Amino acid sequence: MSFDSTYTKELPLVENNPTLRQIDDAILLPTQIKPLKGWWIALGLSATALLIGAVALGLTFYYGIGMWGNNQPVGWAFGIVNFVFWIGIGHAGTLISAILLLFRQKWRTGIARFAEAMTIFAVMTAGIFPVIHTGRPWLAGYLIPLPNQNGVWVNFLSPLLWDVFAVSTYFTISFLFWSIGLIPDIALMRDRATTKIKKTIYSVLSLGWTNSNRNWSNYERAYLILAGISTPLVLSVHSIVSFDFAVSVLPGWHTTIFPPYFVAGAIFSGFGMVSTVLIVVRKAFGLQHIITMNHLDTMNKILLATSTMVGYSYMMEFFIAWYSGNPFEMFAFANRVLGPYNWAWSIMVSCNVLIPQLFWFKKIRRSIPVTLVIVLLVNVGMWFERFVIIVISLHRDFLPSSWGIFYPTITDLSLLLGSFGFFFTFLLLFLKTFPLVSISEVKGVTEGAQPTIHLHPHSNGYPKEKA
Amino acid sequence: MIKNLINKIKEFDSSADVEKRSNKLFGFAALYNTPNEVIEAAASVAGKGYQKFDAYSPYPLHGMDSAMGLGKTKVGYFAFTFGITGTFLALLMIGWMNGIDFQNIIGGKPFFSLPPSIPITFEVTVLLTGISATLGMLIIFNKLPKINSPLNDTDFMKNVTSDKYGIVINADDELFDENDTKNLLLSTGAYSIDNIYYRESNLTTKTPIFEKKFIMAIILTAIATAVISYFTLNWVLYDTQPFDWMWLQKRIDSQSESNFFPNKFGMREPVNGTVARGFMPYEYKGMPDSMVKLLSNPLPISKKVLERGQDRFNIFCSPCHGYQGDGEGRLRGQFPKPPTLHSEKVRNWTDGNIYHVITNGQNVMPSYAEQVSRDDRWAIIHYIRSLQRSHNASDSDLPK
Repeated sequence: MSFDSTYTKELPLVENNPTLRQIDDAILLPTQIKPLKGWWIALGLSATALLIGAVALGLTFYYGIGMWGNNQPVGWAFGIVNFVFWIGIGHAGTLISAILLLFRQKWRTGIARFAEAMTIFAVMTAGIFPVIHTGRPWLAGYLIPLPNQNGVWVNFLSPLLWDVFAVSTYFTISFLFWSIGLIPDIALMRDRATTKIKKTIYSVLSLGWTNSNRNWSNYERAYLILAGISTPLVLSVHSIVSFDFAVSVLPGWHTTIFPPYFVAGAIFSGFGMVSTVLIVVRKAFGLQHIITMNHLDTMNKILLATSTMVGYSYMMEFFIAWYSGNPFEMFAFANRVLGPYNWAWSIMVSCNVLIPQLFWFKKIRRSIPVTLVIVLLVNVGMWFERFVIIVISLHRDFLPSSWGIFYPTITDLSLLLGSFGFFFTFLLLFLKTFPLVSISEVKGVTEGAQPTIHLHPHSNGYPKEKA
Repeated sequence: MIKNLINKIKEFDSSADVEKRSNKLFGFAALYNTPNEVIEAAASVAGKGYQKFDAYSPYPLHGMDSAMGLGKTKVGYFAFTFGITGTFLALLMIGWMNGIDFQNIIGGKPFFSLPPSIPITFEVTVLLTGISATLGMLIIFNKLPKINSPLNDTDFMKNVTSDKYGIVINADDELFDENDTKNLLLSTGAYSIDNIYYRESNLTTKTPIFEKKFIMAIILTAIATAVISYFTLNWVLYDTQPFDWMWLQKRIDSQSESNFFPNKFGMREPVNGTVARGFMPYEYKGMPDSMVKLLSNPLPISKKVLERGQDRFNIFCSPCHGYQGDGEGRLRGQFPKPPTLHSEKVRNWTDGNIYHVITNGQNVMPSYAEQVSRDDRWAIIHYIRSLQRSHNASDSDLPK
């Protein structure tokens, strides 16, 4: 009676064949018990990091961005590096929830919710940086085309404005995607609630969702539409971020390969971060049978593929620099390898291209400790990729007389630390508040969850058609 | 007070929180164990001709739409309409703002062109599609939020959100009959059938958002928020560091003291003999008429020059000399009355002579070189000449 007999045998998406109620219990457990000790420790660490970042931010607000290390010729440094880094992290969630949904990759159900939440928090983290980089963030309202007493409008030719639209649209759509995915699960939490307060909160948040099929049918269509529009959206966002650089005339930035190169890098870094956190979370919350080894294996394959794409982009940049015959381009790339920042370039290449090639071996793909080390290195490497692109290109441009070296200040480093604190604080609160796996989606892909008959309304007997 | 509130909430917890139900029947709710059973049941309920019924499952069941005989959902058309609207709105916005209303020259590029408008047009399209698909699905198509639905808070709902499948036939369906409907549900293999009754609040309470008290509360909150935020923001954004619009800066303002220079002047004095552009000093400053080599008026006579002259004359000269130049100014009686400008003497003066008087001053009249620019002085002289001519006009001056 199952699909598996007629099609190629697939690995089960949920291991040990639990009943539907056991799935509820397993996934909702973290939201129903008192927090574990490890959770408190993690929250303490991330809140401390957040607080350090908040102090640095306060100093930046009060004294201005002179507190940071960037100055001519390196006008963009940690602020923009962090922005691009966190926006990139955000791309895995939408990729998993939208593109894999369109490709009918059912294994996505186990990790989609978690990755979407990471997307939202990563985009929130990213959004801080361009705003504080303006120096007077309380005037950021002028980024939005609203009528104002000065009678001026924003400049629609500027990639920086495209960024404003792309990032805010991306956040809104990701948030909608994530929230409507939560509605059925919150309805379930409402029906399991034991106290009046919980019940009231969940009733309001679930909007009175009843799991009715007429509702499901509209719901699934809206979900599909969101997936359909998120797919080009996720590709557009990092393309537009790359336009910030590619539209300029600076050697090292002014290349047509940037949009696809940035998108591949974003997916790569996003999967790196999802894997890093997922490995810890599935162990901590005992969800190894729902977020299985097969999930990690598949994610490692995607990491391998995107790592190779990123490596191809690195090589192609060098080839084009040589092929263009432009001495400034050639110098910019020679300077990456041989210049004063060649250590950053070496970290980037080894962490992003060389080490992930180990994932060709099945043993390494399915070994959790090795995977954890590699994905941590991927995070480091992807941060340095943005550092290489931004700082190395800026510090030596056309005129040797205006060359310089960038030194980060303690404020820069605190803000970087604070961004991790911000992200992980939200993530930890999410883990405790909402189901970190989409319960209704996982139930739909367990063995025997879907009907095996296909019927139309009928009045006499039950003429069955095989699906 | 907070303690009382917490105690109240705690009391609530222990009490039964299920709302009282009325006697009016909402419908029958049948529960099934497997997806196949519920699909079969839905097909036969739909086949009997029931319209107001629905199937319930913990996750979307493939094939349930066709078993229930439902048409295709219209969420797609709804979202598409809004998406296309977004495309055109974005193009219109960019075209009007940068192409028409605020034309800003950037690198000599056209004010509006399509390629750089595509990213934002795309983003706005996606934004409107996404928001309309989500909100349309929830509010328009699924009629949510509806927290007090009769089905919520029932055992039936607790089962179908977890691991059972259900069918509810509404009591207001035309074919609904207590016995027939129950038998139909039993014959489809339901393992339990519940009677679901309306909540009392479903039948009595009107929509709470239209109540007078609620609307008044909203209005008052809005006013209070506006007033408080207006004053708070004014205070924060204009008086507080660092939100001071860069008024306070570490620099030496003009007229302020500086400890850097020995004479403690914040401002620097220009080098001796420095002349500002366009401010060449008057050659015959303070000299008697006899030593002056008279200049001639460099300005041509035109309507524009005369109007400028009249404007300046009325501002700087008329208080003493009067609008007509006859000495009947607004200050007469408080200030020595100047002689008329229409005398034989003044009429025979050259332009250079008058210029010298304005620039240098004469008797009690001070120099006006600081107040009136050189060109304006010459324009005033043209105007004085026209005043003189109008006061001593001959027949030949009359238009033919």
